[in-house]
Amino acid sequence: MSNILVIAEHDTGTLNPSVAKTVACAASIQDAKITIAVFVNGDDSIALQAAKLNAVDNVLQINNAANEHALAAVIAPQVASIASRYSHVFGPSTTFGKDLMPRIAALLNVNQISDVMEAIDSHKFRRPIYAGNAILTVEAQPDSIVIATVRTASYQAVDSDNTAPVEVQSSDADIPSHTRFVELKAGKSDRPDLQSASKVVSGGRALASAENFDIIYSLADTMGAGVGASRAAVDAGYVPNEMQVGQTGKIIAPDLYVAIGISGAIQHLTGIKDAGTIVAINKDEEAPIFEVADIGLVGDLFKIVPELEQALK
Amino acid sequence: MLEIDKLEKILVGLKRVVDYNVRVRVKADASGVETDGVKMSINPFDEIALEEALRIKERGEADEVVVVSMGRTECQQQLRTGLAMGADRAILVESDDEIDSLTGAKILLALVEREHPGLVILGKQAIDNDNNQTGQMLAALWDRPQATFASELTISGDSATVTREVDVGLETIEIDLPAVVTADLRLNEPRYVKLPDIMKAKKKPLDIVPLADLSVAPAPRLTSVEYTAPEQRQKGVIVDDVAGLVAALKEKGLA
Repeated sequence: MSNILVIAEHDTGTLNPSVAKTVACAASIQDAKITIAVFVNGDDSIALQAAKLNAVDNVLQINNAANEHALAAVIAPQVASIASRYSHVFGPSTTFGKDLMPRIAALLNVNQISDVMEAIDSHKFRRPIYAGNAILTVEAQPDSIVIATVRTASYQAVDSDNTAPVEVQSSDADIPSHTRFVELKAGKSDRPDLQSASKVVSGGRALASAENFDIIYSLADTMGAGVGASRAAVDAGYVPNEMQVGQTGKIIAPDLYVAIGISGAIQHLTGIKDAGTIVAINKDEEAPIFEVADIGLVGDLFKIVPELEQALK
Repeated sequence: MLEIDKLEKILVGLKRVVDYNVRVRVKADASGVETDGVKMSINPFDEIALEEALRIKERGEADEVVVVSMGRTECQQQLRTGLAMGADRAILVESDDEIDSLTGAKILLALVEREHPGLVILGKQAIDNDNNQTGQMLAALWDRPQATFASELTISGDSATVTREVDVGLETIEIDLPAVVTADLRLNEPRYVKLPDIMKAKKKPLDIVPLADLSVAPAPRLTSVEYTAPEQRQKGVIVDDVAGLVAALKEKGLA
């Protein structure tokens, strides 16, 4: 039997949607008993949200004043101090999980399996390497604890109609004070979150300026979609980096992805290959994006995008 | 108040990887990816790490920048490039075996204990295995702060303020030094190497340390079972105009 601990990511009182997907990966392992660990400073609401997730057997709420902010240096020793009770520790492959999980793995003297896209069995996993140009099957030693991050785009969130028991503890781990939170500037947006939106509209370098990106925002708002961008558009300074879709940005899996003026560099394609339907609008009919698009339209985006917005209104 | 001196030393890791412009292919026998005759370069995120260290030194906030690589003797090429960019000296920890992330972190820790740097800067991940682990692991083993995905780094005395690129935006943290920082894309734009610098770099010191000379404790290894090509998406339809696009979306229930 596998005894799997899932580390909960949460911010401003809300459980991050990546947790339900990480649980889905854990639940795909045979005979898994799943515990979610919630590190908080006394806020009970996160554990209650975690307890609703299907397939979860119990929730551990670990209180400590230092848990006010999710710093890897603060959380890792608390996880390491309880890890011996588990065969696996999973976290989401978000910036939170990527920051935290290797710190836990090193404290436990094991290598980490990053970006799990499939659990073949309890110790054998598939993961993308080389920006998704190759898939590696990797196996952990049978007697060692498995530390992994889960590629959330590869999993569907579990449903939320469970009522798992919650156990509240405080941590006696030695917590360092050498790392201090200062501030978090969230990219303010009324639009759906890029990572979890069911529809995403992205613009590329062909937009040619930050001002021209307005037509992308406008189309997205008409569609109720999140907005993304290629690395080229980010590097050109048209949009902030938190909008970057691709291997070096966000890996997403919306039901509909509309790529506008994006040529389709391999690192971008890696970020969208689990999307349901990909639409490409580009003036270059040879652009690699058309090799992966379900629906392609060749033409001038500055003409097509406003026309499409009108048609969808 | 005690005036804190500038950093004596910054350690930067440089990994030799398949150049990012190369389209990687899986070997027919599934044992790895083709690297024969393939262009090799410094991992791009490590180049950003080195650029940041050089800028800190050029601002007068550090005395020396040491670049480190580990692996086969060919890694000297990447270290020479690092020296040409402006690093003062280089260390190669030589090994013919593949070095996993945890072993890499342990090797860096052994060098940290020899060199006592005030700051270690690494790339956030290497573009071959895409692991994104070594910096965090080094920080854990060293029991020091980590600031991953850095897009801005300011040193002030015995601490540093780092802005990190996180999923929801930009997070700023303050860390005591020494510490480990991992570089994200937007930290800086690395300089180009000029020919005279390449000549000068040949005279800079490059120490070779056999891995066996560092007492690095073994850890459970992960076994690479097989490498396969990713599933390809199928090419879809090309529509003629916006009306055709809207019709195709409606057919899929997406409009």
